Amino acid sequence: MSASNTDFVLAVEGLTVSFDGFKAVNDLSFYVDKDEIRVIVGPNGAGKTTVLDLICGRTKSTEGSIKFRNKELTKMKEHQIVRAGVGRKFQTPSIYGDLTVFENLEISFPRGRSVFGALAFKRDAEVLNRVSEVADMIFLSDLLESRADLLSHGQKQWLEIGMLLIQDPELLMLDEPVAGMSVSERRQTAELLRRITKDRSVIVIEHDMQFVAEIADKVTVLHQGKILAEGSAEEVKADPKVIEVYLGH
Amino acid sequence: MSYDGLRSLLPKNDLLGFAVLALLLVVVLPLSLDIFRLNLVGKYLTYAFVALGLVLCWGYGGILSLGQGVFFGLGGYAMAMFLKLEASSPENTAIQSTPGIPDFMDWNQITELPWFWEPFNSLIFTVLAIVIIPSIFAYIIGVAMFKRRVGGVYFAIITQAVAAILTILIIGQQGYTGGVNGITDLRTLKGWDIRTDEAKYAFYFLCVFMLFVCLFIAQYVRKSKLGRLLVAMREMEDRVRFSGYDVSNFKIFVFCLGSAFAAIGGAMFTLQVGFMSPTFVGIVPSIEMVIFCAVGGRLSILGAVYGTLVVNWAKTTFSESFPELWLFAMGALFIAVVMAFPNGLAGLYNKYAAHHVEKLLGKKKGQSPDAKATVGTQGVAHERQ
Repeated sequence: MSASNTDFVLAVEGLTVSFDGFKAVNDLSFYVDKDEIRVIVGPNGAGKTTVLDLICGRTKSTEGSIKFRNKELTKMKEHQIVRAGVGRKFQTPSIYGDLTVFENLEISFPRGRSVFGALAFKRDAEVLNRVSEVADMIFLSDLLESRADLLSHGQKQWLEIGMLLIQDPELLMLDEPVAGMSVSERRQTAELLRRITKDRSVIVIEHDMQFVAEIADKVTVLHQGKILAEGSAEEVKADPKVIEVYLGH
Repeated sequence: MSYDGLRSLLPKNDLLGFAVLALLLVVVLPLSLDIFRLNLVGKYLTYAFVALGLVLCWGYGGILSLGQGVFFGLGGYAMAMFLKLEASSPENTAIQSTPGIPDFMDWNQITELPWFWEPFNSLIFTVLAIVIIPSIFAYIIGVAMFKRRVGGVYFAIITQAVAAILTILIIGQQGYTGGVNGITDLRTLKGWDIRTDEAKYAFYFLCVFMLFVCLFIAQYVRKSKLGRLLVAMREMEDRVRFSGYDVSNFKIFVFCLGSAFAAIGGAMFTLQVGFMSPTFVGIVPSIEMVIFCAVGGRLSILGAVYGTLVVNWAKTTFSESFPELWLFAMGALFIAVVMAFPNGLAGLYNKYAAHHVEKLLGKKKGQSPDAKATVGTQGVAHERQ
């Protein structure tokens, strides 16, 4: 199936993936606008993370199309999708514990990504400036020389967000960015997200409906691999179907 | 390279380590050992090339190869083929039914030099082949495995299978390879007798020199972003992939580099020991080489050299007195390393000796803050693994 070109940053059409006959995502279509913050919610096993996996190429789709700026992603390799401008944060903080915060950010800096590029890579002023700029944003300026596995859970989450920011992706996908965070960390993260989501589209998976209402332009509710409802946070909260399968309990 | 470049490549602590090793290998050992023992040390050092490659592949990249003997063997055989052809001049082999071909071919009723032996008449070709053939072979294995995301235990088992296959192939094709005896009776290199003491000294120093060349390359890789990427991949491969890197290319590169090191070691082995045989290709030597690396500390490139020397020295001493017990001792050693000191000798050094050395250095020269920072992070990195 080939989808038509659109003005959307991301156009997902007829996306299906089946694992041994079980359709984790079933004929899913949705569109994300430029600079839009889209939140995906839904009960456990609804296929939320699978959707992100499909977009970033970690899981191959069975059917359907994913177009990012009218470029088909389903046939591309993971690193090519990243280089095209899609960044993805995992649910559990994925950072390099043996390296320092600085080195974590430096590795994510989008230069010298080939073998020989990496061998010739130099820490020049551009890298240093960008790293310190991002470190500022993610509240880790004072910890640049610390080993990353000494950070708290919340700081690790921020570090991973910072590792994405330094790549300056056009589409940013965050899988439960505030899970496991303290109240104050949550507040800081919400502020951070508001700042970093300027000038880029963002897809966020989140459970906390209050947090969702705070950040979302548009909410998509997934249930059993299909879209149950779509609209503003208010509309979705009021939807009886959503209350039935997700919010009611 | 600029002074700053050199300094960042070799910070004070590393420089000290390199200097101490150079002093030991270039001055202390040659002055204190007779040529028989020094030649033994030279032989041990050839394994250090392999262990060094394993530090990069396994310690840094997390790619455990149990088949490095393959590359050691390919390098060693390439060298041996050249020397064998030189030793098989028509005059030297006049009593054979086909003079001018290696003796084992004649015994196996082969009457013509096989095509793949022809190019080894050239020393230049041989020198290039020592590095390039094993690298290409490693590249093929690497592409076949890493592009398909085969890793970890599966990769280790496959490399082991490759080692077994190559051994069987060499033994089975006696007429082309010298079979189980290997390629023996090597005499001269461009007319220069390699069995003399003078030649043994020369090859020992050549071996030390090549080892340092490889050590510097390894140090450069370790200090480059590629070195940090390897550590990152070992820990969180998906994160690296989703930061826009083609992870398999980095694995292929480091595997090829490790194999090229092993091959140079193999060639040095042939030169110093005077023969090459399938005993150095198979599963057992490949695993021994991993043990050398583990004992030295799999994150330390200098540790790899010391680990190799210590284990081999123990092996020689031990098996002179209790030949039948050595394999048990070796097994016990590997278990002990894994259980008691997983960072090997380098780990022990960092834990117990490093700060004394630092203190000494600090008193003498005063410590620059940036050297301190580098030492600090390295120390921690060693502690961890």
